Amino acid sequence: MAIRLLRLIAFLIAALAFAVPHAAAQTPDIPALVDALGQGSFPEREAAINALVATGDERVPPILQALADGNLYLRKSDAKVVLAAKAGSGFALTNPLDGADLGPAAKAEIDKIKVNNGLRGKIRTAIGQMTLLSPDRTTRLSAAQTILKNADPAMRDLLDKALAAETDPQIKSVMELARAVIVLKTDTTIEDKRAAITTIISHGDRDAQTVLSSALADAPDELKPLIADGLATIARNLQLWDIAQNLVYGTSLASVLLLAAIGLAITFGVMGVINMAHGEMVMLGAYVTFVVQNLIATYAPGLAEYAMAISIPSAFLFTALVGVGIERGVIRWLYGRPLETLLATWGISLILQQAVRSIFGANNRLVAPPSWMTGAFELGGLTITWNRLWIVVFAIIVFAALQLVLNRTPLGLQMRAVTQNRRMASAMGIRTPFVDAMTFGLGSGVAGLAGVALSQIDNVSPNLGQGYIIDSFMVVVFGGVGNLWGTLIGAVSLGMANKFLEPYAGAVLAKIIILVLIILFIQRRPRGLFALKGRAVEQ
Amino acid sequence: MITQLVLRALDRRAVWVVSALLLVALAIPFANLVLPEGHPLHLPNYAVPLFGKYLTYAMLALALDLVWGYCGILSLGHAAFFALGGYAMGMYLMRQIGARGVYANPVLPDFMVFLNYKELPWFWNGFDQFWFAALMIVLVPAALAFVFGFLAFRSRVTGVYLSIITQAMTYALLLAFFRNDLGFGGNNGLTDFKDILGFNVQATTTRAALFAASAIALAFAVLVCTAIVNSKLGKVMIAIRDAESRTRFLGYRVDNIKLFAFVVSAVIAGIAGALYVPQVGIINPGEFDPGNSIEVVIWTAVGGRGTIIGPIIGGLLVNAGKSVFTGLWPDYWLYALGGLFVFVTLFMPKGIVGSLRSLFSRRKPPRQDNSEPLETGAKDIPIIAEPQPGAAE
Amino acid sequence: MTRLPRIAAGLALGAAMTMGAFAPVFAQDTIKVGVLHSLSGTMAISETTLKDTMLFLIAEQNKKGGLLGKQLEPVVVDPASDWPLFAEKARELIAVDKVAAVFGCWTSSSRKSVLPVFKELNSILFYPVQYEGEESEKNVIYTGAAPNQQAIPAVDYLMSEEGGAVKRWVLEATDYVYPRTTNKILEQYLKDKGVPPEDIKINYTPFGFSDWQTEVAAIKEFGSAGKKTGVVSTINGDANVPFYKELANQGIKAEDIPVVAFSVGEEELAGMDTTNLVGHLAAWNYFQSVDTPENTAFIDSWHGFIANDKRTTNDPMEAAYLGFNLWVAAVEKAGTTDTDAVLKAIVGLSYPNLTGGTATVLPNHHLTKPVLIGEVQADGQFDIVSQTEPVPGDAWSDVLPEDKGIEADWTDPLTGCGHLDTATKTCGAAP
Repeated sequence: MAIRLLRLIAFLIAALAFAVPHAAAQTPDIPALVDALGQGSFPEREAAINALVATGDERVPPILQALADGNLYLRKSDAKVVLAAKAGSGFALTNPLDGADLGPAAKAEIDKIKVNNGLRGKIRTAIGQMTLLSPDRTTRLSAAQTILKNADPAMRDLLDKALAAETDPQIKSVMELARAVIVLKTDTTIEDKRAAITTIISHGDRDAQTVLSSALADAPDELKPLIADGLATIARNLQLWDIAQNLVYGTSLASVLLLAAIGLAITFGVMGVINMAHGEMVMLGAYVTFVVQNLIATYAPGLAEYAMAISIPSAFLFTALVGVGIERGVIRWLYGRPLETLLATWGISLILQQAVRSIFGANNRLVAPPSWMTGAFELGGLTITWNRLWIVVFAIIVFAALQLVLNRTPLGLQMRAVTQNRRMASAMGIRTPFVDAMTFGLGSGVAGLAGVALSQIDNVSPNLGQGYIIDSFMVVVFGGVGNLWGTLIGAVSLGMANKFLEPYAGAVLAKIIILVLIILFIQRRPRGLFALKGRAVEQ
Repeated sequence: MITQLVLRALDRRAVWVVSALLLVALAIPFANLVLPEGHPLHLPNYAVPLFGKYLTYAMLALALDLVWGYCGILSLGHAAFFALGGYAMGMYLMRQIGARGVYANPVLPDFMVFLNYKELPWFWNGFDQFWFAALMIVLVPAALAFVFGFLAFRSRVTGVYLSIITQAMTYALLLAFFRNDLGFGGNNGLTDFKDILGFNVQATTTRAALFAASAIALAFAVLVCTAIVNSKLGKVMIAIRDAESRTRFLGYRVDNIKLFAFVVSAVIAGIAGALYVPQVGIINPGEFDPGNSIEVVIWTAVGGRGTIIGPIIGGLLVNAGKSVFTGLWPDYWLYALGGLFVFVTLFMPKGIVGSLRSLFSRRKPPRQDNSEPLETGAKDIPIIAEPQPGAAE
Repeated sequence: MTRLPRIAAGLALGAAMTMGAFAPVFAQDTIKVGVLHSLSGTMAISETTLKDTMLFLIAEQNKKGGLLGKQLEPVVVDPASDWPLFAEKARELIAVDKVAAVFGCWTSSSRKSVLPVFKELNSILFYPVQYEGEESEKNVIYTGAAPNQQAIPAVDYLMSEEGGAVKRWVLEATDYVYPRTTNKILEQYLKDKGVPPEDIKINYTPFGFSDWQTEVAAIKEFGSAGKKTGVVSTINGDANVPFYKELANQGIKAEDIPVVAFSVGEEELAGMDTTNLVGHLAAWNYFQSVDTPENTAFIDSWHGFIANDKRTTNDPMEAAYLGFNLWVAAVEKAGTTDTDAVLKAIVGLSYPNLTGGTATVLPNHHLTKPVLIGEVQADGQFDIVSQTEPVPGDAWSDVLPEDKGIEADWTDPLTGCGHLDTATKTCGAAP
């Protein structure tokens, strides 16, 4: 303890010495400062970070970043702070300052330097300060954003300097906002503040709202009405965006429902098999994604970014094959007895679930998202996440492709012929058993595709399919059995209705209301939205 | 009128089933209570409520068979009626706990005390009286079945559409009962019962009595179902099952007949649920799970639908199998269960009873074909719902 | 025709025989231990690991020579995430297999379902999962955390300067009893700490909820009121992965809005990419990253047993480990597996925690455990940022006005009381 205290004092003196710019005649002892990161408790570490930042040295930001990322370690033998990267069972050490190789180390020889959220926030700000003038656009943008988040009045001069040099409009706007926020916090004239508030209001987004509402309490009385008005304007503005945002959410949910249901629209809707194993096909698709990703990580790490793309055909083929197997093995004996398919496929679904549990274990499996599917982007007042956007795109592609297959290919023609009039089709020389197998395989394969997409937003676990099977049936039945457009409309209506109800009714009640609405809707249209018409409908 | 019905109910097969059930109602309590431990036929205590549970499941399967096997209504939400009956009984049992709960509140059940209820929700009133609870056990499932059936049958929702909306119904109820705000104990449901009609629910004698009550109730249900099935009404039900439109064109009020069968079936399911709860000691929203309803369909199919004894055998066998295999092969029993369903649908399409019957009655051809009427489907539009009758392969 | 009922009766009887038959086959040279965890259905995802843990612990004990000179024999059953089936299987374990104790259950519903069975047949259940408290039974030893051993220290941490001085709270939860109770306690606690009601937002979602867009956006909006905002999540297992995926994608950083979870451990993180979740928190009594010799030894032998050194360990596993070893110690102390003797012996016994310190069985059948707050790391592990001294588990939360002065005391299992009003010396629970 005493040693630690001594160290701290020594280091604080050093830190102070460097923190005062005038005293920095001699070059600061950066290696010592870096090593100080490895000692003490969180508050002491914070002081060490401040000292490093005060040096203004360009080698500091990467070190701090490494600290925030948890890559800085303390070598126990000499209390030196090192950069460690996993290498086999141990670590490869490098010097954080010059990148010099320090050789390997076992796990027990080094201690990770821990940071908590507070420190991480500090580091982020510090890096922001030090990189505001960086030539790299993204670095500068994130620097400007962190300065906006912290709005430290000490940053004002730096910000002015950066603003003068900035040419990128997006970064400039963030910087202006940050500057306005800082102005609000400092003691300046009312006029300056008024101008700052106007700047903030003109931004009109959630950030501006946050800033204004926190400024409201401390603002001088004469500015309060202005701020209140501004808040009201922003709130109105945001309300409109909220509706748009709900549309985005609804579209996203609709795309998930569509993907989950569209395979069922073929096996159930077109073929009439009450396919309770549909959810398990989705689940298998997700597991194929997992397996493909792992195989690629093991055997061809270079292809990692394309794992998702490779999963798509693999999942389709695998689940389609399983589907063909199920059709040939079980379902083909049951044509003409549709309700019995429910029993058999329920049994199959139990077996598939347990099989996956036996092979992969009951736990969730990790399907890492590719980089192009992580994060979100802002579009006006909307936040759109990349993974959901891609799923929407994917759903549309799958839907279009399926329409194409059914309406424009010989196989599609044969499928329609067989389901319309099996005997006649057979008499015309169509190999009906083959077509049956292909149709069921197609439906299952499409379910597998849904699994690839769902692996990005949901659990990859043996229970994955169970969560979607009821919703899928609802979508198909709501839209009208046997009509892909009905399924599309069904998915969109249910998705939108759910997302618009949710903010008011809560998630549970929204779902109950939707179910009751479906029940009532079926009373009005006993055969779904796009009912099949004609004599044959009633036996 | 009633004697006539009873007489009609007593065809030979029903006599056998009923007397077997009554015999069981006596034999099991006898083997448990009277025979001393160590006697080769002594039945251990744990087995009595377990067998009682199977009987209530069998009764639920019978209820489903009445609408599915005889009237062509495939309900994928029958467990909902079972659970509602169970909740009504559970509410009565909760009120019987009185001040013996952990919080010693004379009126409010423990979970309400904990969730800061100040007074009993209005719908809990009256459940301290057995007669009221008994009435609700019958009325609540009947009312739900009536409203649901009235709407659905009047609008001529049939086939898979009907099946799916019954599933939606039980799913909605599941979600609703999970909500703690509804006042039914949320996910934990109702449990820790003490007394029923003043008798300790955990006493072996009460258990034996509950078992006997289940057997007798099942026997009664068999009588009711046989009576219905053998009546003229029953013939019309079968006609509806086999050709609904044709029956309608012949002038029968198809909607009303289906509604009648549906409500009777819901009542039987509700009573089964009410008997189930004191024997297993808990009722919670899990009973509304759509998967449970599908399982009921499977018991019925395994036993043989369109027969009276079939669903009873199916319900007993599948559940006894589940009990045994979850203990014997905890990691693999789902394969056995899943495999059984596939096997039965493929090789015993008429279920165990149907297959045995065709095996044993070589002289007579099967009295009736139990296969489902075909689903309807359009034949003049590009993509249609169903393959042609009997045209597979 | 007439043969049918007979065949039916024969089949039923056959089933009954099989049920009864496999009970008394084994001689009394082993002590049987019941393992009651779902291996299929929705809860298999969490409970399967605990079944493996129990098999591991029993195998380890047998290597050490068993118990009272006899080998331990695990009896594993699958209650299939079906609550009534839990009760049935519990009855089977106790009455048919005659197990000496049962280790099992995960959800509160399953515990509530088996409780009457354990009381009726007077056996012992070791319950290894953190739960809502408000319960203390003679026949149950609660080796997981009570709310004061998890929820309250976590909130304290977030309120502290080090934890970010959170002023505004979102309690995001799955709608069932554990979150309801925890939130009730937390809401009261926050109000007592002077948090105004408009700064507390409680939201419930159903089980297995997977579309979190609206909820996460609402959290973001709630967090934009200018005060530091934190989220306390009691979201149940399955719904967590989509929740965190949405959180990561909508860019909610732990530095801005930290989320502290009570049901997310190493096992749950193994199914997620945590690079964008670094810094979000969890409060437990154990983390795999705890650096003690006991823990290292435990992890090594666990990896050896399961033959997979990627398998994580987690808090319920430690709870199972403590429960099992405390039971072993109690049986050794009592010299018998008789329920009442073991229950009498177990109160006051101690066993070393894997996190350092010792776990002591309190008279209210809960344990003393340290509370650890961990931050999620990119490798799916937790970095411990705060650790308390061992906290005694409190069955009846002192935060709630109606539970003030309520204690449980099972020092003597025969005359003990689970709901003792210390002021009036009356026992609320019926005998």
